[in-house]
Amino acid sequence: MKDLNMLFAGFGGQGVLFAGKVAAYAGLIENKEISWLPSYGPEMRGGTANCSVCISDQPIGSPLVTNPNVLVVMNLPSLDKFIDTVEPGGTVIIDSSLIDKKVERTDVNVYYVPSSSLAEENGLKGLSNMILVGKLFKAIAGSDYDFCTGDTLDQAIQKCIPARKANMLDFNRKAVNIGADA
Amino acid sequence: MKILMKGNEALAEAAIRAGCHHFFGYPITPQTELAAYMSKRMPKIGGTYLQAESEIAAVNMVLGASAAGVRAMTSSSSPGVSLKGEGISYMAGSDLPALIINVQRGGPGLGGIQPSQADYWQATKATGHGDFQILVFAPSTVQEMVDLVSDAFDLADQYRMPAMILADGMLGQMMEPVSLPEEGEKAPAQKDWAASGHGGKRAHNIVNSLYLTPDKLEDLVKVRFKRYETIKQKEQRAEEYLTDDADVVVVAYGASSRVARGAVNKAREMGLKAGLVRPITLWPFPTDALNRAASHAKNLLVVEMSMGQMVDDVKLAINCQKPVHFYGRTGGMIPTPAEVLEQIKALC
Repeated sequence: MKDLNMLFAGFGGQGVLFAGKVAAYAGLIENKEISWLPSYGPEMRGGTANCSVCISDQPIGSPLVTNPNVLVVMNLPSLDKFIDTVEPGGTVIIDSSLIDKKVERTDVNVYYVPSSSLAEENGLKGLSNMILVGKLFKAIAGSDYDFCTGDTLDQAIQKCIPARKANMLDFNRKAVNIGADA
Repeated sequence: MKILMKGNEALAEAAIRAGCHHFFGYPITPQTELAAYMSKRMPKIGGTYLQAESEIAAVNMVLGASAAGVRAMTSSSSPGVSLKGEGISYMAGSDLPALIINVQRGGPGLGGIQPSQADYWQATKATGHGDFQILVFAPSTVQEMVDLVSDAFDLADQYRMPAMILADGMLGQMMEPVSLPEEGEKAPAQKDWAASGHGGKRAHNIVNSLYLTPDKLEDLVKVRFKRYETIKQKEQRAEEYLTDDADVVVVAYGASSRVARGAVNKAREMGLKAGLVRPITLWPFPTDALNRAASHAKNLLVVEMSMGQMVDDVKLAINCQKPVHFYGRTGGMIPTPAEVLEQIKALC
C-alpha cells in the first residue's frame, strides 16, 4: 500500500478522535505500522479538534500529518484550515449537511456526504462520524491506499467500543453501511 | 496482538509492570493521562496513588517511599518538573533511586502546552542544585517508552540515583501499537540500605543528604562521580541509522528524531547520503556512537524542538572535529520533514 496520511477534523464532541481511532485499529489488525495523534489544546473544549492518523508498511516518522492524502472534515473552520494542505490527488470527505461550501480545488477527489442529516434520519444521532468513516473506507477500497477488508473494519469498531457501550456496536455498523452507500 | 495505547498511559502501565506500586503526582497538561491512569490502576493492585497538594510535595513523597525501599515515581510536565528540582537534588544527595517522567511542553514560564524539547539543559545539566547527574532516557516511540521505563527503574536501583524519562507532549498524547511485558517479569532488587524497619535486629539505616563536615561531603560527592564515570562507559545508548556512509549525520532524539528519520529517508530516495544518530540516553551522552558516525561525515546537523540545547554536547562529544549545524523549532512548534530535508540538502 501507499502511505496513508489522514486528518480527521471537526468540532470537539463530533467524534473525530474516535473516527481516527477506528481507522488506526483497522491498520493495527492488518499488521501495518500506525500512529494516532490528537490535537489536545483548549480547542478540545468545544472548539475545533482533529487527529492525525498514519498507516504504512514502514515505521512512521513524524506522526503529525501536515499534508494529508485523506481529509475528513466535519465543520467549516476545519475545511477552510486544511483544504489547501491536501496532497494533489488526495481524497476529501465532507459532512455536507453542516458545510454548504463547495471545494474550489479541482486536483482532489471530493465526496459530499450529508452525514449529520443521514444520522438524524436513521436514528443514529452522534454517529455522523462513522457514516463518514464508512464513506472513507469505500472511497479507498481497491485504490493504492487500500489496506483492509470490511471485516477488518468491523473488528476495529468492536475494538474501539468499550464493553459498557456494547449496545452501540450495531448502530456503528449501520452508520458505516449507510456511509458506504451514500 | 499488540494494543493501541497513548504514550502517557503506556508509561504508567509499564511502570506498574516494572514493580512500581507507588505513584505521587499532580496534574498538568500534557501529562495528565499518566496520573489519571495510575489513579484507576493503583487501587486495584493494592498500590498507592496519591495526588499531592503540589509538585514539591509529590516529589518529596517519592523520596520518602524510595528511602523505604520501594519503587516509586512521579510525573509532570516542564513547569512542574522545575518545582521537583529540589526533591530530585535531595534524592541524588541521598543516593536514592526513583523515576521522574517529564512530558515536556513549551517554555519558559508557564509557556504553552504543545510538545517541546526545551528542558534538555534542565534534565542533563541542572535538574537541581549541587554536584550531581541523573540518568536521562529519551524514547521516540510508545513501545520504547514501555521498554525504557523498566530499564530506567533497573539502572536507578543499580546505581542508586534518580532516573528521568524525557518525553514530550507528542509522545505522551499519541497512540501507537505496543506489547507490554508480563507483570513482575523482573523482581526489583533487594535494598539492604533502605530504611524499611528491622525490629531492632540490625543497626538502623539512615537516608540523608545533609553533611555539615565539608571533607565528608566532598568524599561522598567524589564517590558518586566515580560511579558516574562507570555509567558513562557502560550505559551509553544510541541508535545509528544509515550512518555507515553518511555525509550528513542528523542528530536528534525523541519526537524530533521521528521527523529527522522521515527527512533522512526522503534524502536517501533523492540519492543524498544522510544518516541519523538518535541518542536514547541523553545522560550519559552517547559519545561513542557520535564519534563513529562523525569519523567519515562531512557535516552534522542537530535537530531539536528547542533553540539548540543539545548542540554543545554534540560538539564536545566529537571534540569539534566536524562542523555541527542546527535546525530547530520551539515554543510548541514541530519541525516538518520537508524543513529538515531542506537543511540536509544545503549541507550535501
